[in-house]
Amino acid sequence: MATHTSEHHKYYVPEPSPWPFMLTVALFLMLGAAGFWLNGSTTVAPYIAAVGLAMVLVMVFIWFRDVVHENRTGAYGVQEDRTYRYAMMWFIFSEVMFFAAFFGALFYTRMIALPWLNGEGEKFFTNVYLWPQFEGAWPTNGPGNIGGDFETVNAWHLPLINTLLLLTSSVTITWAHWGLKEDNRWKLCLGLAATAALGAFFLYWQAVEYIEAYEHLGLTLGSGIYGSTFFLLTGFHGMHVTLGTLMLIIILLRCLKGHFSSHDHFGFEAVAWYWHFVDVVWLGLFIFVYIL
Amino acid sequence: MSTVNPTDTHHDHHDHHHGPVTLADGVWPWMKRWIGTTNHKDLGTLYLIFSFVMLFIGGLMSLVIRAELFAPGIQFVDPGFYNEMITLHALVMIFGGVMPGFVGLANWMVPMMIGCSDLALPRVNNWGFWILPFAFTMLLGTLFLSGGGPASGWTMYPPLVMQTGNALPLMVFAIHLAGISSITGAINIVVTILNMRAPDMPLLKMPLFVWTWLITAYLLIAVMPVLAGAVTMILTDHFFGTTFFDAAGGGDPVLFQHIFWFFGHPEVYIMILPAFGIVSTIIPAFARKPLFGHDSMVYAVASIAFLSFIVWAHHMFTVGMPVSAELFFMFATMLIAVPTGVKVFNWVATMWRGSMTFETPMLFALGFVVLFTIGGFSGLMLALTPVDFQYHDSYFVVAHFHYVLVPGAIFSIIAAIYYWIPKWTGTMYNEKLGQFHFWWSAIWINVLFFPQHFLGLAGMPRRIPDYATQFTDFNVISSIGALMFFLGQFVFIYNMIMCMRRSGKKATGRVWEGARGLEWTVASPAPYHTFETPPKIDPRELA
Repeated sequence: MATHTSEHHKYYVPEPSPWPFMLTVALFLMLGAAGFWLNGSTTVAPYIAAVGLAMVLVMVFIWFRDVVHENRTGAYGVQEDRTYRYAMMWFIFSEVMFFAAFFGALFYTRMIALPWLNGEGEKFFTNVYLWPQFEGAWPTNGPGNIGGDFETVNAWHLPLINTLLLLTSSVTITWAHWGLKEDNRWKLCLGLAATAALGAFFLYWQAVEYIEAYEHLGLTLGSGIYGSTFFLLTGFHGMHVTLGTLMLIIILLRCLKGHFSSHDHFGFEAVAWYWHFVDVVWLGLFIFVYIL
Repeated sequence: MSTVNPTDTHHDHHDHHHGPVTLADGVWPWMKRWIGTTNHKDLGTLYLIFSFVMLFIGGLMSLVIRAELFAPGIQFVDPGFYNEMITLHALVMIFGGVMPGFVGLANWMVPMMIGCSDLALPRVNNWGFWILPFAFTMLLGTLFLSGGGPASGWTMYPPLVMQTGNALPLMVFAIHLAGISSITGAINIVVTILNMRAPDMPLLKMPLFVWTWLITAYLLIAVMPVLAGAVTMILTDHFFGTTFFDAAGGGDPVLFQHIFWFFGHPEVYIMILPAFGIVSTIIPAFARKPLFGHDSMVYAVASIAFLSFIVWAHHMFTVGMPVSAELFFMFATMLIAVPTGVKVFNWVATMWRGSMTFETPMLFALGFVVLFTIGGFSGLMLALTPVDFQYHDSYFVVAHFHYVLVPGAIFSIIAAIYYWIPKWTGTMYNEKLGQFHFWWSAIWINVLFFPQHFLGLAGMPRRIPDYATQFTDFNVISSIGALMFFLGQFVFIYNMIMCMRRSGKKATGRVWEGARGLEWTVASPAPYHTFETPPKIDPRELA
């Protein structure tokens, strides 16, 4: 009956915690109320949704505070560290698949749906009778000219600037990582601050681009399939950049408080991975949404 | 031979008194325990109870459907409500019944089978469970809104789904929530299996239940986000003026079907791979022989998982695809019969010259092998494109997928519960009642679903509350089967409740003479925290 306590670290199993349940309640309030809001009840639903959202943020904050506290008090060893690494990799994989659905929609529309609307499928000429004026060329808002005429965003103006901003931010976060590994706090914090700032600039230019699209180009969410794919792809990406920027700011604050060391800083790395993921998605967007 | 002393694992820093809080300690502490629990066994129990509540609700819905179909003409419900029933029956059974049932089993068994203390992320595990009751409250609550519940079928095809009333955003959000639950649960299981195995357990020595869950969890992480994307597009098409699925704007309703089934087909395997794992665990135990071809089973499951990503359009043969695509999806689909055949062969070969006994778990496992195979064969028929042009959207399809899901997936969940509940509760279930439950279920499930093959081949469409009079006889038989099958399940519930109340023979640690695996090396009931330090594993317990 040999026990192995001496050779093996005991995996950390946290105490019971009310926060996951409270987070669920918050999500339920937020989404339930959002559902009623969408259905047109505007008296209380928007406020409940807002309260739900605030609760979600608070619950996530408290939950992460517990995790950070456990980490700071030495509850985690090598095996726990590996858990967080694997979990973050798989989480990013799930995010990749989420974007894959929308990229898939874009590719399917351009490669299959549009040629078929143009008579490709059955090599028949129903389309000539139904929508003789429709050419099926990209960009398009379909045979119904849904949303009216529009122009596309010029890839070589704001989107190019945003590409350069995000690519630069990938460099700065790596530079910050080097700083962390060299125990150079100043380099770490400066690199992180620069990355967060570049993320914020990106979001600013994306907002400018959206306003431009709505006010001058006639390009809206309702501009047929082009508007649909354009705004949902870039919009979801923008939401991820927003989240990434918030995460960078939180990591920066933690660095300023003296958290992390050259050998124990997975919180930093998780955010860096996430940031690189957001960066790669953007490159896909730049090529397939803006240029091609 | 047992290398872990169960009493060793009790002096544990966060268990101040012996064992977990019970109702005797007061209602509020008891509620706090279950709401906040980070224990895989507690959460496994919660998952299984939730699963059975949902199976019961979904079962009631199916009885509404079968009552309406008892005779031609409209009897009890209006066609709109009928459509709500078929839609919610499917959503409840798939996302509320079968999937949480398997997650519950994984919660209970994976840490005990690989020799670790808990899942890798216990709080995330708690979150993943507690989302489910809220998600299904949201989904089922739509029944009480103006316009009723969703009525588009669980596949939610546009443009039909766009006619959904106030239920639409809540249905979408409920699916988002259930998706969060599945993805977090799956990440947790993958990480647990990859990171938490006892050092003596290399990957290819893992029990097959663990292997199948590893691959299932991978499928979940890969496809649940795709479903989230698909329903998000429905939401924006309905409320925000996008035209993903509207040809006037250059979109395409068929696009939805592609995205949906890219999720939907791997989803089919998400609901059957853990069942393969369960059957591969139970048959060797009662044949008293090691599983025949353990490694080939692993490769077969991996091949099925890979193929599941490239067969989705066999659900859409009649939608109007190019012939080249129809051929590709037909051949790829038929290819799945190869690894599936390997599995069935191995199960039979495991029993060959085995020293067999037929306790309830074994009966359900054998019922699975026979009846799932029938469902697999009708699936092979449906895979043939030209033939599918006749079967599509007929009752033949309903018969097919119910054969793989009820005597397939659900029989395996039942088998697993009979097999492991002595380990969970320390009490044997009533074997006589178990045997009765099996034979009752096995007979009536065939009365229920077998005639539906004939109905479909004769041309009865699915999802229609009324039918031509020549279909009456088989529908009557099917409806009687449904009611009898449903009633029989209360025997099971009673049996399990008696087990949970510790009313019955005490179980030994090994429980089953031929059972192998780490979970049988500890006492029954298994200690609240089982392997806080990795056990030294006797090679005979390894797969």
